[in-house]
Amino acid sequence: MTARRKPALSEAPETTRVAPASAGRQHKYIPVTDAERAEMLAVIGVDSVDALFADIPSAVRLDRPLNLPPALSDPELMAHLKRLAERNVDCDRATCFLGAGAYDHYVPSVVWHLAGRGEFLTAYTPYQAELMQGELQAGYEYQSMLCELTGMDVANASMYDGASATAEAAVMARDVTKRDEVIVSTAVHPEYREVLRTYTAPLGLDIVEVPHRGGSTAVEGVADILSDRTAAVIIQHPNFFGGLERADALAALAHERGALLLCAVAEPLSLGILKPPGAWGADIVAGEGQPLGNNLNFGGPYLGMLATRQEFVRRMPGRLVGATVDTDGRRGFVLTLQTREQHIRREKATSNVCTNEALLALAAAVYMAVLGKQGFRTVAELNLRKAAYAKEAITALPGYRLAFEGPTFNEFVVKTPRAPEEINRRLAEHGILGGAPLGRWYPELADCWLLCVTEQRTRPEIDRLVSLLGDL
Amino acid sequence: MNRRARDFPVVFELSVPGRVGSSYPDLDVPERPLAELGILPQDLRETPPELPEVSEPDVVRHYTRLSHRNFSIDEGFYPLGSCTMKYNPKIHEDVARLSGFARLHPYAAEDHVQGALHVLWELERLLAEVSGMDRVTFQPAAGAHGELTGLLMVRAYFESRGERRTKVIVPDSAHGTNPATASMVGYQVVTVKSDARGNIDAGALRAAMDDSVAALMLTNPNTLGLFEEHITGVEAIVHGRGGQMYLDGANFNAMLGVTRPGDQGFDVMHMNLHKTFTTPHGGGGPGAGAVGVKAHLAPFLPLPTVERDGDRYRLEYDRPQSIGKIRAFYGNFGNLVRAYAYLRSMGAGGLRQIAETAVLNANYMLARLRGAFELPYDRLCKHEFVLSGSRQKKRYGVTTKDMAKRILDYGFHAPTIYFPLIVDEAIMIEPTETESKRTMDEFIDAMLAIDAEARDNADVVKTAPHATPVTRLDEVRAARHPDLRWKPPQ
Repeated sequence: MTARRKPALSEAPETTRVAPASAGRQHKYIPVTDAERAEMLAVIGVDSVDALFADIPSAVRLDRPLNLPPALSDPELMAHLKRLAERNVDCDRATCFLGAGAYDHYVPSVVWHLAGRGEFLTAYTPYQAELMQGELQAGYEYQSMLCELTGMDVANASMYDGASATAEAAVMARDVTKRDEVIVSTAVHPEYREVLRTYTAPLGLDIVEVPHRGGSTAVEGVADILSDRTAAVIIQHPNFFGGLERADALAALAHERGALLLCAVAEPLSLGILKPPGAWGADIVAGEGQPLGNNLNFGGPYLGMLATRQEFVRRMPGRLVGATVDTDGRRGFVLTLQTREQHIRREKATSNVCTNEALLALAAAVYMAVLGKQGFRTVAELNLRKAAYAKEAITALPGYRLAFEGPTFNEFVVKTPRAPEEINRRLAEHGILGGAPLGRWYPELADCWLLCVTEQRTRPEIDRLVSLLGDL
Repeated sequence: MNRRARDFPVVFELSVPGRVGSSYPDLDVPERPLAELGILPQDLRETPPELPEVSEPDVVRHYTRLSHRNFSIDEGFYPLGSCTMKYNPKIHEDVARLSGFARLHPYAAEDHVQGALHVLWELERLLAEVSGMDRVTFQPAAGAHGELTGLLMVRAYFESRGERRTKVIVPDSAHGTNPATASMVGYQVVTVKSDARGNIDAGALRAAMDDSVAALMLTNPNTLGLFEEHITGVEAIVHGRGGQMYLDGANFNAMLGVTRPGDQGFDVMHMNLHKTFTTPHGGGGPGAGAVGVKAHLAPFLPLPTVERDGDRYRLEYDRPQSIGKIRAFYGNFGNLVRAYAYLRSMGAGGLRQIAETAVLNANYMLARLRGAFELPYDRLCKHEFVLSGSRQKKRYGVTTKDMAKRILDYGFHAPTIYFPLIVDEAIMIEPTETESKRTMDEFIDAMLAIDAEARDNADVVKTAPHATPVTRLDEVRAARHPDLRWKPPQ
């Protein structure tokens, strides 16, 4: 093993000077003054702050200042970060046709004006329920809305992201069924499958991939490998290619052999129009809540969703908010069923998850509330119809054709006449962020391009994409 | 009077059929029958999701009122031990929401994300210097996720050497996530007791340590707020039998610029960026759990890493020994921007001031409270300390829980209670460096007043809280009759 060269901070242009230790200089985040410091030391009964560190063996003390760039003032910091931000081509600077698990949806202004309030933003996990009714109730509302959306009985207060939620759901399926294998379709997001392998490898839970056929999961393919060892069949719906799965048939098949059907949902807006997983027989829904009012954020923080049937609630990982009453009989909310969790059960817990994505769940609750019963359906339809329009127009171009048959939601795969990476480079010159080239995950699909059209895209933008593709 | 009428409404109860809270453009492409688009009736939902029907003002009032029923660092003192509830700078919110970061798609081409990769690359160097580690990954979404990542790397490391180790040692004072993580990675958990000074018991550790042990998971300063005085001896015992030293970095705040985990002999550690590096906790996340490793563990880092060639940054996936991916994309990037901003605004001197002041504040509070409460481990503390409410329980029948609830009436959040498990009626207090002497004095006065109340008027403590939006909540009922979602009244 070769020792790695120590990082040289001077390599970065703005980090060439070494900061002097600025002890004694008053910092705006640190209120204590020198006079107060002296008073406090007197109360403690020591004569210096150094004396408070006497228990740290000298052998492990740092005998030099940290080698860090000098402290920036606020205006300098803001200017520096603006410069870095401006080096990125974000979805305000380019017209985005990229999805693949992260979606450019409109986030109504109210969402982050509310979720970003300091009262929510700077609070901790609600360990003192009586003082924290705001975030607890928002968590309960989020759980309730997610149940409505997915058609499931119970949802938890959040997981890290869609991929890790899917992996934890697979472990949950193992615990429920006492079986040691899961079948996963290759039409599930490639990164979700990678995370699934990472999580399950040490647990002796085997992962068997069932190849997609023509962009969706073949019922016969699953039937061939389903066995009494199968804890769960994992599909994504709509799947990674944007297509609708024969979900009800797959669920029925899994259930025949005593396995669970675990459905990953990477695009929950689809549930505004599509039959919810609870209605076609899914046992666990795991997924990505980023589309519900959360920013793209270069991939995080995102919102892991997890919902299931009532009978499995005590096997769920993560936090659950429940309603109860106070001593006066008023409704109130608490974290509940905590005997599943790490701080009580330690090594026997259903998961180690502790800090989750509570604020993003709150943002999702606000988003679902403002969209409401009608708006959610409206946005789902806008996605579906605009994507259908783009799909037809692009595949009418010479050399472009649909890679897979079958209905889609807001994403579809196009076979391209030249490498999708090359097309993206050309489109970028015109301010368009093209779709995801699939060759990176599916070598046999190197000429395939996964495009996404959300409600954010206008007909003129779609027409411009089509016209540019025609001219390439 | 109908009791329910006094309940604060849930958003569903504000719903009026026909109200809307959002506005979207009309469809600008032809509206064709869904069947023509290949969508069949059986694909469609039969009824819309029963989301609330509310106007935008309804929503704004509802969640603003909910925010008033919450307690935050912005409002007041939050001395939750082990949670490092320090002030969260507002400028961090502005920089994280710059559209170049907030509106950046994770699969945008590498040419288009150079600014974001610069942040990741430089943040790795900054945290490597602060921690004394060689490399740092930002993939984990939280501290426990970092533990999982770290132990998966330990496991991969031993596999690469052809060694099968089956156990992980945790002290009895450890966070619950430590043993839970060890289980998730397939390790058997061995618990080692603490000694009379609150250190891990060296004799017990030596007895437990053999070549079946993959790692010791240690928190330092530990959950009693005490620095492991024999850290070099502990390191020798673990490394002497070929084990790895894992640091739970939840308490890193006390060490910044003073001592580095890498120099203490730790091979792998996680840093809770939402604690030490002040990314806001959001009421339970999002966090960000950076994991630092020494060079021998670097080949196993999760995918991808961020590398630099000349002036260009890139994501590296070609790492054959990697443990793989532990979440999609690249971690909780928005929080990484905040942590980066923090490090750049504090500098080396500022970081050291953080540690020194956090420790000063904790020792000051301890000095003023030690007379009224039991102090099970009487030593200099670091950033936090643990008292016991056992005296009040024994004398007045008032529990730590009662006193914690009473603290809420005084306008403070309560300390962490009943943790660590090795202290009876534990009260764990962490002021952080961002609290003023005046705030700490007010809190101390409240604690002393509650001690007096416990003696003179125990009932007011036992029935607390009285000044919160609801009085004490029935947790037993919540667990026995789970009500986890709202349903319309039948």
